[in-house]
Amino acid sequence: MMYRLIAPVIGLFFALSVLAAFVSGAYNAITEPAQPTAEKLFHRAPKELKLQSDGWAGTFDRPQVQRGYQIYKEVCKACHSLKYVAFRDLEELGYTPDQVKAEAASWQVPGIDPNTGEANMRPGLPTDYFPSPFANDTAARAANNNAVPPDLSLMAKARHEGPAYIYSLMTGFASQDGYKNDKGQELLKLFPDAKTPQGLHFNPYFANLNLAMPPPLANGTVTFADGSPNDLDSEAKDVAAFLVWTAEPNLEKRHQTGWWFILFLFFATGLGYCAYRNVWADKKH
Amino acid sequence: MSFPWANHYNPTNPLMKWMDEKLPLPRLVYNAIGAGYPVPRNLNYFWNFGVLAGFCLVLQIVTGVVLAMHYAPNSTVAFASTEHIMRDVNWGWMLRYAHANGASAFFAVIYVHIFRGFFYGSYKAPREMVWLLGVVIFLLMMATGFMGYVLPWGQMSFWGAKVITGLFGAIPVVGEGLQHWLLGGFAPDDAALNRFFSLHFLLPFVIAGVVILHIWALHIPGSSNPTGVEVKSESDTVPFHPYYTAKDGWGLGVFLIIYCTVVFFMPNQFGHPDNYIPANPLSTPAHIVPEWYFWPFYAILRAFTFDIFFIPAKLMGVMAMFGAILVWFFLPWLDNSPVRSGKYRPMFKWFFGALIVDMAVLFYCGGAPAEEPYVMISQIATAYYFLHFLVLLPLIAAMERPKPLPFSITEAVLGADDAAKLAAKS
Ligand code: HEC
Ligand code: HEM
Repeated sequence: MMYRLIAPVIGLFFALSVLAAFVSGAYNAITEPAQPTAEKLFHRAPKELKLQSDGWAGTFDRPQVQRGYQIYKEVCKACHSLKYVAFRDLEELGYTPDQVKAEAASWQVPGIDPNTGEANMRPGLPTDYFPSPFANDTAARAANNNAVPPDLSLMAKARHEGPAYIYSLMTGFASQDGYKNDKGQELLKLFPDAKTPQGLHFNPYFANLNLAMPPPLANGTVTFADGSPNDLDSEAKDVAAFLVWTAEPNLEKRHQTGWWFILFLFFATGLGYCAYRNVWADKKH
Repeated sequence: MSFPWANHYNPTNPLMKWMDEKLPLPRLVYNAIGAGYPVPRNLNYFWNFGVLAGFCLVLQIVTGVVLAMHYAPNSTVAFASTEHIMRDVNWGWMLRYAHANGASAFFAVIYVHIFRGFFYGSYKAPREMVWLLGVVIFLLMMATGFMGYVLPWGQMSFWGAKVITGLFGAIPVVGEGLQHWLLGGFAPDDAALNRFFSLHFLLPFVIAGVVILHIWALHIPGSSNPTGVEVKSESDTVPFHPYYTAKDGWGLGVFLIIYCTVVFFMPNQFGHPDNYIPANPLSTPAHIVPEWYFWPFYAILRAFTFDIFFIPAKLMGVMAMFGAILVWFFLPWLDNSPVRSGKYRPMFKWFFGALIVDMAVLFYCGGAPAEEPYVMISQIATAYYFLHFLVLLPLIAAMERPKPLPFSITEAVLGADDAAKLAAKS
């Protein structure tokens, strides 16, 4: 019978303790209301982005992903690695094995001199992975205002709404002077201290509004052989589409396999349901 | 172990006869999940979830064993080996998504299974042992899920491990030493990753063992049912096979449709994007959150922000978080209403509804950043949680006037039960 007493005592102990915490929290909230921060008021959610890879039947728009690859190669690779992607993977983008071989050979990757055993650079092979632009993080920091440019292989999955985020980040660099949010509040008026430090760049889509990457893309930064549009907006979309592929190269196979699974399961479940009705037909339940 | 009218195993095939004499395994199966096990005829779909949980366990073991063939538990390569599984292992992406979302599916199923127990009073005599073993399984699952999430060695893996093992640091005197001993170092690193992998591989088999005990204990009184009235005569039951094999079979189909939809079309929905960033001890994520199935308990942990006398807030939070699950062990004795099923308990019903809402609120707050108003909301919800189990349930049991129960399952289903009434008269 002891537990009849102990149980409510324990229950009340926890309940009252947490209510005491509530009272102290409420008191703090009233006496010192939380001050909104610049990040809270001026950070923007990613813009909307539609890609062919979206949705349940999404596939890669190969010409677009190829354009994105060209942008990576001509712009981003100066700072960003792509270390989980190998040249051989490019075959999935519609390049022939010979084209992949030639493409790999146009990159220099770290190697070993077969005569002296010393480290050197050699042309890439299809089995090689994309090389890093910097020897190590320290070198990367030294060249980038003390920030390490992150590896881009998984970027499209490593941020909330990744593809739209990449697209927004590429197109979101802005001048801070007179910058207003959707409510019409002006950043530097409300937060004079929030001025972008020397060497950083203002971008309201970045979590803390200022990042070490200079705007990598602008209208006409790259020229496409087939004459596809190369305004900033199109380039940003193309590079986002490319990074969706690098993050999830099996996306198409996953969707296709998924449809077969679902189709089969509907069929099997339908049969199972009939069997169930049949077995229970004579039993009220 | 069964009702007198249960079918008897009678092999006619000479090979099966021979087998029955040497090792009566087919007999065991026949009596446990075959035609030899009589089950109430009126079970609703909430009773499908035990079998679904068993399926999830098998699914996790099968996918996990194959993943383990390709995974490398070393802090320098764990993340890369997970990417190797995703990109280069044949069907590796499918295995990994099946396993990661399998853990989510497992917990979703288990939560329904547990709440079924709450509502229908399945924890009451004579099934207390079934319930106690179930709580043990739930604790083991939480340990397994937590350690599994550490293995890919992403940012949330690392920081989750750091926060959760840090909880042991709240224990007075021995806490810090215990924390370092558990981790094999001052922060999660190779030593921790290796032991987590070893235990993550082991625990599912321990779970399988406890599941066998759980089912054994269940088969002594047999399943309860939505009326909560015990089986009285043969007309109350049907043989497990083919009746419930058929029902569980098509239920499994529905479950698989939902599960495969997630695995193939939204496999990262339940994960956190930060876990696609390799672990970095020097960069703390903006918000450290565990997987969704821990959120209600994480909210309870963070609700305690105020020292109570000599007990620091952090220790209170840790005690409350573990207490929130340990209290389930005492449920059979806290709720001593003689009526099992919530269907016939007009007052309990409302408080059960309140508990669901309360858990939903805790769930939401546990996934939200540790800011106001979420902390204040979870404080109210935490208070209700403890009051519900430790104060209200005993009170309700004492105060409530339950509705009249049907005489038997047969009466509940068919409207009348002649056989049982006759038997009662004589
Ligand atoms: C001049 C070097 C440089 C170039 C060229 C460059 N980046 Fe960056 N990038 C950086 C640096 C440095 C950071 C880290 C910023 C920080 O954390 O402040 C970064 C960060 C990023 C991020 C992550 C932002 C976040 O949320 O953490 C993305 C995405 C990105 N870059 C995409 C690109 C793409 C796409 C290109 C090519 C079109 C590109 N970058 C070209 C230097 C560069
Ligand atoms: C109760 C059963 C189990 C649960 C709840 C569970 C849960 C998890 C979770 C949440 C993860 C992290 C998923 C991710 O982010 O990738 C994981 C990973 C992993 N699990 Fe399990 N697991 C279970 C059983 C098993 C078993 C039986 C094995 C092997 C014997 C296993 C092997 C692995 C391996 C190797 C990984 C890491 C690979 C990866 O990250 O994909 N698991 N598990």
